[in-house]
Amino acid sequence: MSIEARHITKHFGAFAVLKDVSLHVATGELIALLGPSGSGKTTLLRIISGLEVPDQGSGQILLHDEDVTNRHVSMRRVGFVFQHYALFRHMTVFKNVAFGLQVRPRKLRPTKRQIREKVHELLKLVQLEWLAERYPAQLSGGQRQRIALARALAIEPKVLLLDEPFGALDAKTRQELRRWLRRLHSELNVTSVLVTHDQEEALEVADRVVITNAGRIEQVGTPEEVFHHPANEFVMNFVGHVNVFHGRVEGDRAFLGPLEVEYSGQPQTIAQPARGLVRPYDLDIDRQANGKSGFSATVQHVNAAGPHVKIDLLADSGEPVHVELTQERFRTLRLTLGESVFVCPREINVFLGGQR
Amino acid sequence: MFQRKSPGTWQTANRPVLATTEPTLIRYLLAGVAMLFVTLFLLAPLAAVFAQAFSEGIAVYWAALRDADTLASLHLTLMTAAIAVPLNLVFGVAASWSIAKFEFLGKSLLTTLIDLPFAVSPVISGIIYVLFFGLHGYLGPWLAAHNIEIIFAVPGIVLATVFVTFPFIARELIPLMQAQGTEEEEAALSLGAGGWQTFLRVTLPNIKWGLLYGVILCNARAMGEFGAVSVISGHIRGLTNTVPLHVEILYNEYNFVGAFAVASLLTILALITLVVKSFAEWKFKQELHAIRM
Amino acid sequence: MNIVLKQRSILPGFGLTLGFTLAYLSVIALIPLFGLFLRTAELTWGQFWATVTDARVLAAYRLSFGASLIAATVNVLFGAIVAWVLVRYRFPGRRVVDALIDLPFALPTAVAGISLTAVYAHTGWIGQYLQPLNIKVAFAPLGVVVALTFIGLPFVVRTLQPVLEDVDPEVEEAAANLGASRPQAIWRVILPELWPVLLTGFALAFARALGEYGSIVFISGNMPMRTEIVPLLMVMKLEQFDYAGATAIAVVMLLASFTLLLAINLLQWWSGQRHSGLGS
Repeated sequence: MSIEARHITKHFGAFAVLKDVSLHVATGELIALLGPSGSGKTTLLRIISGLEVPDQGSGQILLHDEDVTNRHVSMRRVGFVFQHYALFRHMTVFKNVAFGLQVRPRKLRPTKRQIREKVHELLKLVQLEWLAERYPAQLSGGQRQRIALARALAIEPKVLLLDEPFGALDAKTRQELRRWLRRLHSELNVTSVLVTHDQEEALEVADRVVITNAGRIEQVGTPEEVFHHPANEFVMNFVGHVNVFHGRVEGDRAFLGPLEVEYSGQPQTIAQPARGLVRPYDLDIDRQANGKSGFSATVQHVNAAGPHVKIDLLADSGEPVHVELTQERFRTLRLTLGESVFVCPREINVFLGGQR
Repeated sequence: MFQRKSPGTWQTANRPVLATTEPTLIRYLLAGVAMLFVTLFLLAPLAAVFAQAFSEGIAVYWAALRDADTLASLHLTLMTAAIAVPLNLVFGVAASWSIAKFEFLGKSLLTTLIDLPFAVSPVISGIIYVLFFGLHGYLGPWLAAHNIEIIFAVPGIVLATVFVTFPFIARELIPLMQAQGTEEEEAALSLGAGGWQTFLRVTLPNIKWGLLYGVILCNARAMGEFGAVSVISGHIRGLTNTVPLHVEILYNEYNFVGAFAVASLLTILALITLVVKSFAEWKFKQELHAIRM
Repeated sequence: MNIVLKQRSILPGFGLTLGFTLAYLSVIALIPLFGLFLRTAELTWGQFWATVTDARVLAAYRLSFGASLIAATVNVLFGAIVAWVLVRYRFPGRRVVDALIDLPFALPTAVAGISLTAVYAHTGWIGQYLQPLNIKVAFAPLGVVVALTFIGLPFVVRTLQPVLEDVDPEVEEAAANLGASRPQAIWRVILPELWPVLLTGFALAFARALGEYGSIVFISGNMPMRTEIVPLLMVMKLEQFDYAGATAIAVVMLLASFTLLLAINLLQWWSGQRHSGLGS
């Protein structure tokens, strides 16, 4: 079941949350909407589900090529998982999951036995069958969210929408549920959209990632694409860590803080403000320049816990710089605190124009 | 498996209805019913007071208000409130301090006891004092021997008013102070403040709107109490008549304009109470909200 | 279990404030109330029973309890709608209406009594339209119901409002998302959250109505066996210096009030309990 949003615009009062946004999700895909808070990702999800309506006269929502823009949320058969679970607190887990089946019009309502079987099947799927008679208040956060998912799946939704489903959970539970969701998705293969502001979560779980910012979509691509080939400065800045060097481009040279590099784009006859973005692992540390372009800096702090060694330095020109080295390289270098070293970039992305 | 056959749409014009509200028609219907109910039961009697009071013109209205007995009743009512409200203010603050800031055995029983006057008929509130201080009461003979008048006199009226109104302030303050906890007071004490200083500089500013809210309610009830005061006052014109009792006397003498004119004073007081209350409530919610941040 | 009289605290003033509270409460309320119960001990059981089951008193119980019950029910039904409209809808004048709900708290009962009488008498604004329908409100049992409805309205609305405000919109959205129609969402998801408070509001309005005196004496007409309420009977006995009689009836009413107070406390405990993680 595919999802298509066409030219969606949405204002809350005078504030534009979504500005002419279009998105296509293919059948069976798991897409993550990733962006800072206020970027409009949740609103887009709510519009797809029918919980929110786009501005009058703007846009269309199509589910499996059928226009559902004017269809009430209760008629869309879209599974929705809320950030704060939204479980019915006066109902047991069983009744929560059964709710979607019990509210069907009498003619379409399954028999009591069918409902019971279906609910137990779903509880087994989320591995919480033993909690059927508990109340939501008696469950842990992770359990509640799995019940919320089972409840959403009970209506056999055509698509599944998850609004920051793990946002209220602790780091370890998030990790577990993330993997579990991935497995569940490959098992059920239901078209899913996940909203998150956690890039790690988006990159790990999704087939494709949609980066949103200020009511627009900045880039759509596989996790690898958005990480290694960011479409613009925002994406590069938002996904993964970067060092930012401010400066200008003049002719085919870029002068960025302590760095001077070749500018590979269109040469600029008039000097343009520019920024150079470098991933911490794209910076190398050495004792001498060895003819490479780079700058000298002082080692200020070393964190060797983890797969990479994180090193904070202060460039002689005053900028703080973060570098990630492999353990091996770090051991070879034998860096000491306060030592003056030479830092050189392997890859730098230069973006022209005013500050965004 | 369970396919929904014809996906219907509920929509007005071409916009679907949001999940958290009702179709427009139902909304208007419900709002209409609510407004009709409020009009019949609240607005109509409110308007009727003034319509009746001015039914024979403003001159008659003024005359009724400037009657000596009316002024005497007004004096008594103001005096009663001036005694009862401060007394209950002290009680309210003391009770809520002990209940909200400490954990002790029997706390919930005490809280329930404070609500007692709400559960007791005002008439019974009057009766208990008559039984105690009346001529045939426990202390009656002794009081008579010493020429102390309580029943059918001002002290009795004040006592009954105090009884009926003592929960109001405590009731507003207890939940507020409970929600605020004891951290700020503990911080003040650790910084070297004394008990009184802590209360005046830390606790009081935090509860001032809740306090005002309680005082307003307490005052409105103190000035308007009828049942308890009626039992205890003896209805002596010009002496033990409060304003509400004076309204009754005028009404029973078929002086309707007079009764409603005096009643309009109490109604204006009630309206002022509502305005101040709304304001205090708004501030009070901010006080509460500030805690939840 | 270890019984702790008072948990240690560094805050000062516990002894002073609790001592004052208990002393004040005792002098103002507890001792006088105790005196009331003591008074009934002067009656033999037979006398007591004869007083409280006198035909006229029985008729008054019927009216007081019956009218209070009807009024509280009307208040729950319409109070729920009023609270819903005030919490959920935005319309001009909403704040004014919201403030007006407290009028019965602020308006002296005597004033309410005479103005309701004026409005619902057969010549009154509303009474004149009821007269042709042969509905008599003022000076009839129905008048008692009307006055008690007026008195009880804020109890229901004010109990309900904060709970309605707290209903999480996500829960309603979840219900709609799972295919529930709006009536289904209200009936199956919202109402179950409200039952305890609806009952609490009902009990509060009922308790208040049972004891009401000021507004009723004007609108009811006070006809023996027909429109006499229990508090009025107490006043009459007192005026005839029948202290024992007044006391006996007062004790019966007090017991009813205390039972209600207990019920209200249990209800509030219940509604607090439901959402705070049973047993975990």
